[in-house]
Amino acid sequence: MTGAAGTLAAAAPPPVVAGPASSRGKERLFAGTVTTSGLLVFGLLGAIILMLLLGAWPALKTFGPTFFWNPIWDSVADQYGAGVMIYGTLATSLLALIIAVPLAMGVAYALTEIVPQALRRPIGILIQLLAAIPSIIYGMWGFFILAPYIAEHVVLNVADAFADVPVLNRVFDYGSGNNLFTAGLVLAVMILPLITAMFVEVLGATPVILKESVYGLGATRFEVIRHVALPYGKRAFIGAIMLGLGRALGETMAVTFVIGNATRLSPSIFAQGATISSTIANEFNEAGGGSLKLAALLGLGVTLFVISFIVLSISRALVGRRVEN
Amino acid sequence: MSARATRRKAVNLVAGVVAGAAALLSLLALGSILWTLVARGLPALHWSVLTTSMAPTGENGGLANAIVGSLIQVALGMAVAVPIGIMAGTYLSEYARGSKLGDVIRFVSDILLSAPSILVGLFVYVLLVATTNTYSGFAGGIALAVIAIPMIVRTTEDMLSLVPVALREAAAALGAPKWKVVTLIAWRAAGSGISTGILLALARVAGETAPLLFTSLGNLNWSTSLGKPMASLPLTIYQYAGSPYDDLVQLAWTGALLVTLGVLAINIIAQLALSRKR
Repeated sequence: MTGAAGTLAAAAPPPVVAGPASSRGKERLFAGTVTTSGLLVFGLLGAIILMLLLGAWPALKTFGPTFFWNPIWDSVADQYGAGVMIYGTLATSLLALIIAVPLAMGVAYALTEIVPQALRRPIGILIQLLAAIPSIIYGMWGFFILAPYIAEHVVLNVADAFADVPVLNRVFDYGSGNNLFTAGLVLAVMILPLITAMFVEVLGATPVILKESVYGLGATRFEVIRHVALPYGKRAFIGAIMLGLGRALGETMAVTFVIGNATRLSPSIFAQGATISSTIANEFNEAGGGSLKLAALLGLGVTLFVISFIVLSISRALVGRRVEN
Repeated sequence: MSARATRRKAVNLVAGVVAGAAALLSLLALGSILWTLVARGLPALHWSVLTTSMAPTGENGGLANAIVGSLIQVALGMAVAVPIGIMAGTYLSEYARGSKLGDVIRFVSDILLSAPSILVGLFVYVLLVATTNTYSGFAGGIALAVIAIPMIVRTTEDMLSLVPVALREAAAALGAPKWKVVTLIAWRAAGSGISTGILLALARVAGETAPLLFTSLGNLNWSTSLGKPMASLPLTIYQYAGSPYDDLVQLAWTGALLVTLGVLAINIIAQLALSRKR
């Protein structure tokens, strides 16, 4: 017995800290590699900001801070301001939220409370697949299917209905099918699967015991969602909405097809417009290397970066990082 | 039954009906997209689309060069993104738990994850296209890598953090140095999850258009040189969909169907791999 214990003690490996020199070298190499990669990711964001600012500098120097609100974008006179595009970006994104959030809420409610248990997982997977469809597909659908429909059935009827109402006849003025409203609609359809998936997750995160106790008091399904699940997940819901907003703000392909790409300001939501990303996508190849226009387009990029950074930071502060994906 | 109870039941019923209607409406919109894609894309899907290169209208061109261009750029992007993403994710999970620097890098990676992809295109334009005076497939691949990296960082970190601490401690107790614990134990245990994340990143970049607009630019001719402008499926769809010629628009729909099928197939494989593990 004592002999066996003695052998074990003798065969015990030397302490790890004082391992052979080659092992310590490998340890340092590995730790160095992963740390460098981490720093590289950090540097990537810095490089993006730096490169955008560097490229945009000539325009920012020429136009000063007025670049960020001046509504004139004139390639002929070489005068550039981001005002129209900022308006278009915010207008289409907010429109998308106004349409998509109630729909997503309805779908999430139906999925968690009404649809039979057996169907929930397949439908959940279906939603994730829809969220994976490339945005250019949404853009094509908007351009070939939605825009003609809007032109024929929505714009005329709505504009007719409001033709004699003072202010509203300016907001719903006659126009084509490619307009701010259509762009907002396409964005809404695009972010719908994303927001719905997050809403379902938040609703599912309500503690069962909390729901059960309110059911026990005789509450209906709707009352449980309205008075228990909604308040419980309030922060996460707002965070999810902000994440959807962030996605809509920066979307390029889904919008570029249907917004009409007109860089002038109009109060009508049926007027052609432009967003920051659609203008960059459209006009980049017309801008020569080193031209003021190129710098102005990069300035638009800086503007978009600032807007999305703010929205994403708010979203992250509200939800933490677990809800997404 | 009291009037109040009746009213509450009615509200509940109305809410259910409204939610059901919302679900139907959403399915209708999304169903319309998939239906349009199949109805318009499928009729023109022949072998010749896969075997002939793009050609001017009326000359029965295909999408071969765009498909090959896409494959090359996506492969290059993933080849760059996978090692960097896994290493950085490993750093966040294994070496930077609770450190300030780790928190900052995690925040930066999350911002990159949700940053508009067109900004990545602008970034790579200033970095690689403006400096070399030429659009190139290489720049396109790098732009795709920048998009894929934060996705891989996120899944790697998430999957590694699911590996039980006891497993690591068991290895460490046997005298394994940390790098061996990470590579032989943690990576292996998280392997299938990390692979799923890589597949999802692959599917995402395969459908990206905006970052390629001003990096690889697109090319009407057959070219596999990384130093020259290169065609890609999403860019070709964008160019053809806006053209006034019916045959090119038709080709855009066929390309759109191909991209979507590819992206969905990769996603389904990833989902299956994930659910089998559970």
